[in-house]
Amino acid sequence: MIEFIEIIFTAGFWAATIRIACPLILATIGEVLCERAGVLNLGIEGIMSIGAMVGWMTVFLGADLYTGILAALIIGSIFGLLHAIFTVYLGASQHVTGIGITMLASSLGFFCFKLILPASTTPPKIKPFQPIDIPFLSELPFLGPAFFQHTPFTYLAILAVVFAFWLMNSTPLGLSIKMAGENPMALEAQGIDVFLVRTIAVVLGSALMAVGGAYLTLSAFDAFYFGMINGRGWIAIALVVFASWKPERALLGALLFAGLDAYQVRAQQLAGAVIPYQFFLMLPFLLSIVAMVIAAKRTRYPKALLIPFRRGERH
Amino acid sequence: MLKFRLEERAKSPYWLIILSPFIAILVAIILAGMLIILAGANPFESYYQLIIGAFGSKNSFAETLARATPIILTGLAASIAFRAKFWNIGAEGQLYFGALATTFFGTGLVVLPSVLMIPFLFVIGALAGGLLLLPLVLLKLYYKVDEVVTTLLLNFVVVLLVSYLLEGPWKDPMSLGWPQGKSVIDEGVLPQVLSKTRLHLGFIISIGLAFSVWFILSKTVIGYRIKSVGLNASAASHAGIPIFKTVLIVAILSGGMAGMAGVTETAGLKGYLTLDLSPGFGYAGIAVAMLANLNPIGVIFSGVFLASIYVGADAMSRAMNVPTYLADVIVALTVLCILLSLVFVHYKILFFKAKKDD
Repeated sequence: MIEFIEIIFTAGFWAATIRIACPLILATIGEVLCERAGVLNLGIEGIMSIGAMVGWMTVFLGADLYTGILAALIIGSIFGLLHAIFTVYLGASQHVTGIGITMLASSLGFFCFKLILPASTTPPKIKPFQPIDIPFLSELPFLGPAFFQHTPFTYLAILAVVFAFWLMNSTPLGLSIKMAGENPMALEAQGIDVFLVRTIAVVLGSALMAVGGAYLTLSAFDAFYFGMINGRGWIAIALVVFASWKPERALLGALLFAGLDAYQVRAQQLAGAVIPYQFFLMLPFLLSIVAMVIAAKRTRYPKALLIPFRRGERH
Repeated sequence: MLKFRLEERAKSPYWLIILSPFIAILVAIILAGMLIILAGANPFESYYQLIIGAFGSKNSFAETLARATPIILTGLAASIAFRAKFWNIGAEGQLYFGALATTFFGTGLVVLPSVLMIPFLFVIGALAGGLLLLPLVLLKLYYKVDEVVTTLLLNFVVVLLVSYLLEGPWKDPMSLGWPQGKSVIDEGVLPQVLSKTRLHLGFIISIGLAFSVWFILSKTVIGYRIKSVGLNASAASHAGIPIFKTVLIVAILSGGMAGMAGVTETAGLKGYLTLDLSPGFGYAGIAVAMLANLNPIGVIFSGVFLASIYVGADAMSRAMNVPTYLADVIVALTVLCILLSLVFVHYKILFFKAKKDD
């Protein structure tokens, strides 16, 4: 029994938590950005998938790893823009557009992958980001291997989250984004273009999602697999609800979730013979549903979420 | 700067409503044609191969209709749910749950003569699909837990459950290492309706169900209630329509349709449960429903259309060396083009010059 408790006192567990959390954090913060502006982005799963593919393929075709991240960022922005044109400018159903974007982004990614690598049965590999030691800090006992021996992508992801927080909480644009999701009429009355604000939020958010996907192929693993996103996007959406649309709570939620996931992998190795592995794999999805139920009572969602804004119309 | 505004049409012209899905399909096909060019093939020849592959012979035509069977059913599932703005994206999971029920009851536990066994399996499958959705719809009604996310998440749970059962307790010992369930007993197998093809009774049943759903939605009180809940839930509530009961019925009907898709695949096409029973039929149903403008009779045609894309793309891929994922791209593009066409059907776009200080 004691082994199950010892898990959380190993540096490996904490390092794994950070590794699992990174793509989730990026995706969740991306979704928070979109939804705070009033736009549900169900394209998340597909945008992560094509981000993972494009990032990986860019590196596979000879570019360096940072260009790979940039490529993922660009493809994410493009799909974000597409989502915004449909849902913001044309006021189409956010649910169906999102599902459509997910279908298009993932199938287009698979199509291009097969086009460039028609006959690959075992996925080819790239040399992904390697862990770097942060001077002095990485030599600390326990804390060093747990938190200061990660890949540059990990630290970049943390920077991106800091940037997103700063944007949301300390800039006029952040304020406009939150207002676009709460009371777009008031924003319009200030002479600010609601369409533009919402579009910026969706594009930025989608870029973060795609970079989250690229983390999987450029830092966590070294190859692209079909279906490798495996519901992470949907889990991110559940985390947004769990976090009550607050970026700080979303960060905590994603870390907590990743911790549970890292724990279950290790517990599985201890209990593998007794409990079939499928039940461990179910846990993240069941936990997400439970998290949504827990959050449901105190949830206060952005008032204008799902409501298309139309000029000259009152709601 | 040129700005634009959408103005709601008082009445959409009929020709626009009829024509819009066809224009949407055409645009999707043209856009996908560019991908074919990117793949280095001739788009006209590729689409010709696709049509031949889907309808060129008795066998391929039967294959298309067989493939359409589960897609029509998941399309009906989405049509019913989306009409009430109940976003059931879990047809994939409900399909597998129906298939699990078919395997549980249909492989020897219950033995009835064919005339009773087949309806029994359909009822069981529908109950299973509806039952899977029930806790989620109750969570929505009591705690306002968003059903989009919960239905999506549950899909993954159900597929893992199937994987566990097929690798463990339900594995057919006669199948050599390949994880598959025991065969459905002869009385439960859906008979062929076209000799020497894989087209089975499930197709006829799915058409019958489409007409039944059409009847329910357009000729009964329930259908009227479903429609008004979807149009404006609070107005419907003020008008005395029981929201709770209506959403519950929608969920059971919708989950039931998807569950029956699991029955047609297990007892009809394959004869046993496999882990690759559905290559995304649940998600295809959303595209089918949108293409049919949520009309149950339209679902039959859009279901056959989508099935022909999937079946034809396999043949085209072999002949032209274009990846089969083109089919999924066409389906995705169709969904987005349909959304676009719906905007044009319901709104006029008015352009105007913005003022200088704007």
